[in-house]
Amino acid sequence: METLDTLILSRIQFAANISFHILFPTITIALGWVLLFFRLRFAQTADGKWMSAYRFWVKVFALSFAMGVVSGITMSFQFGTNWPGFMETVGNIAGPLLAYEVLTAFFLEAAFVGIMLFGFSRVPGWLHMLATFLVAFGTTVSAFWIIVLNSWMHTPQGFEMIDGVAHATDWWAIIFNPSMPYRFAHMILASFLTVGFLIAGVSAFRWLLGDRSRDLRAALKVGVSIGAVLIPVQIFMGDMHGLNTLEYQPAKVAAMEGNWETQTNVPLLLFALPDEEARENRFEIGIPNLASLILTHHADGEVPGLNDFVAEDGTVLHPPVAKVFWSFRVMVGTGLAMLLISWASVWFMWRRRALHEGRIAGHWMAVEGLPKPILFALVPMAFSGWVATLAGWYTTEIGRQPWLVQGVMTTDMAVADVAAPLVLGTLITYLAIYAALLVAYISVITYLARKAAKGDDGRAIDMDHSGKAGVLAITPAE
Amino acid sequence: MLPDFTNPADWLPWAFASLMGLSILVYVVLDGFDLGVGILFPLAVPEDQDKMIGSIGPFWDANETWLVLAVGLLLVAFPQAHGMILTALYLPVFIMLVGLILRGVAFEFRAKARDHHKRLWNRLFFTGSLMTALAQGFMLGLYVMGLDQTLATYAFAMLTAVFLAVGYSFIGSTWLIHKTEGALQLKAVRWGRESLWGVVLGIGAVSLATPLVSTRIFDKWLSFPEVIYLAPLPILSGLLIVWLWRMLRAMPFADDRRSWLPFLVSTCLFTLAYLGMAYSFYPYVVPDRLTIYEAASAPESLFIILVGACFVVPVIAAYSILAYVIFRGKATALRYD
Repeated sequence: METLDTLILSRIQFAANISFHILFPTITIALGWVLLFFRLRFAQTADGKWMSAYRFWVKVFALSFAMGVVSGITMSFQFGTNWPGFMETVGNIAGPLLAYEVLTAFFLEAAFVGIMLFGFSRVPGWLHMLATFLVAFGTTVSAFWIIVLNSWMHTPQGFEMIDGVAHATDWWAIIFNPSMPYRFAHMILASFLTVGFLIAGVSAFRWLLGDRSRDLRAALKVGVSIGAVLIPVQIFMGDMHGLNTLEYQPAKVAAMEGNWETQTNVPLLLFALPDEEARENRFEIGIPNLASLILTHHADGEVPGLNDFVAEDGTVLHPPVAKVFWSFRVMVGTGLAMLLISWASVWFMWRRRALHEGRIAGHWMAVEGLPKPILFALVPMAFSGWVATLAGWYTTEIGRQPWLVQGVMTTDMAVADVAAPLVLGTLITYLAIYAALLVAYISVITYLARKAAKGDDGRAIDMDHSGKAGVLAITPAE
Repeated sequence: MLPDFTNPADWLPWAFASLMGLSILVYVVLDGFDLGVGILFPLAVPEDQDKMIGSIGPFWDANETWLVLAVGLLLVAFPQAHGMILTALYLPVFIMLVGLILRGVAFEFRAKARDHHKRLWNRLFFTGSLMTALAQGFMLGLYVMGLDQTLATYAFAMLTAVFLAVGYSFIGSTWLIHKTEGALQLKAVRWGRESLWGVVLGIGAVSLATPLVSTRIFDKWLSFPEVIYLAPLPILSGLLIVWLWRMLRAMPFADDRRSWLPFLVSTCLFTLAYLGMAYSFYPYVVPDRLTIYEAASAPESLFIILVGACFVVPVIAAYSILAYVIFRGKATALRYD
């Protein structure tokens, strides 16, 4: 019992740490590129609104970056403190991938983020733009290596086992393993959607507080447009990723669909309570044939069932069904809400573009066009990207269980022999700190938005078109 | 000490041990000074506190990255040792991580939160810095004690925890001497004088305890003729300490000349002490239990990392130096412009 408790507690601890961590890279990966966009637009147009937008969002970036760094350091220790078996078995593969992440990405971000944040008036414009680019590039490269390793754990190849230890035989195959391109694209798009809705939501909040500044309008349009353009791409990419999973991890797909028996004409379940004891669903509501259609592109296509993944001795080799089933539905539901709200926003802003205050030719959209209910809906959607991203990761990671590395090692093979109370104690402390930090993070963003809405953060007091003199008007405490 | 360079299974672990050792040393000096500034933080008046933050603000991210590199190298090059050491140090590692989280976020939050929350973040910044330093000192002590967990080794680790925290404050004050001026600089000089004892006792305690705990290490240092070759190490360290002490009594010099010197000399001192430790423990990565050769990953995996490291580490060094050059000179309160 002792080891089981340690196993479950260690899993919860790892899940807590990595869930908390992923929130912040999800923001910084895309926000880095959006900031580069603001910065380049400023260089191009010399319009101070872009620099004001840059300076507001760079604070959010700094905050998110710091949260990402410190929670990332925690991750690098978790392997040793709680999961020594992982590196002992697949360290020859995971090691170089993690090493390349630190070497190529982590230092790049860390060194240039200082110049990006505090260097505007200290370095020439091109160097500041370069630093912003390198930070954005670094976060993306960092995501690449982590996704490579994670994907390899789902679809391992390019190695051989010698005495129970994995040895690399083909690095190209390891890096470009079958699920990597889909997972990477899915995650990068998730990051952009998270940032699009964060920017749109915070901007809508400022708008509702009465802020009518030009940088706010620009940011709101950029945020909503990112959401509206990328959400269909993401849905398409998610579908491709799902087909890839069907090929390599059919048990995961079976759990996502709540499908117990391998059969044709499988319905898409909108609601069900999967019961693993009885091995059936309760209270099913579904759309006939739709799951078969989505997964095989034929209404009578065959979809694998969970019962195929039970060994003869009764050992269950498929993931916990209800968790995967519901995580998947939360992700898809959030995605659909994103689609609805971003398209409605764009449509209203375009339809009523004539409302633009002091209308200038060339404005495609007017923030004035947004009806109040949509503005109110955008505010809670600010963190919808987090919900969808976490739900998506839970789907894929819980969906890999009981495997840690699919087909190679199970999760319980890797856990450290640490006393359960010790794991529990540290887990509770982590959770308390994370909860407090999340509250602090969201309230500081709210506070920054309120302060900006009141116009007392020194924004654009005399932004002239040279772009340099005016921006010095900012309070020293910031 | 040198490996057989014709045999990859021999020189690759050695190369990685050296690289990891270098990362730890760079981390101890760089994050040492910014943790030290954090520990000294409550001693300054509020206006000076913003300058203290300004003196480390652009650097701390990159400084902490050396810790990730060091742990990362331990993880990827010596996975067995990584598991053994970190499982043994479970609690201090946890305390260090909580400390790093608190100070890292307090950094950002204190600059952005509303004024009446700033005091809370200031306090957390100090607490986080102190927790991190104490936890690292505790780990150092336990490591020196061969990772044995008894009351006596805990007591020793408590001592090294205090010494390391004071030692970090010392290198932090030498950094502040370079980065500040006026009243704050005078204070930093005084803090430097008042915390030098931590460095002296810390180096002394580790140097005395290490050979007493392990007869292997005792023989490495005190058999003839090694004792002659090694004599310059303690002698040089002693001279540096005396030099630092004399300098700190006379500082700041006229026209702020040589304000960088105390930091440089302390870095040399930390390096010497570190080299001594490295000599003691080599070739073991887990003291007297696991050598770097027994713990190493497969040579082909190590090789592929090394290829990357050879290209990337010089670039990292270059842009880290670039950041220090751009933010050279006396620190001011940080601004996003």
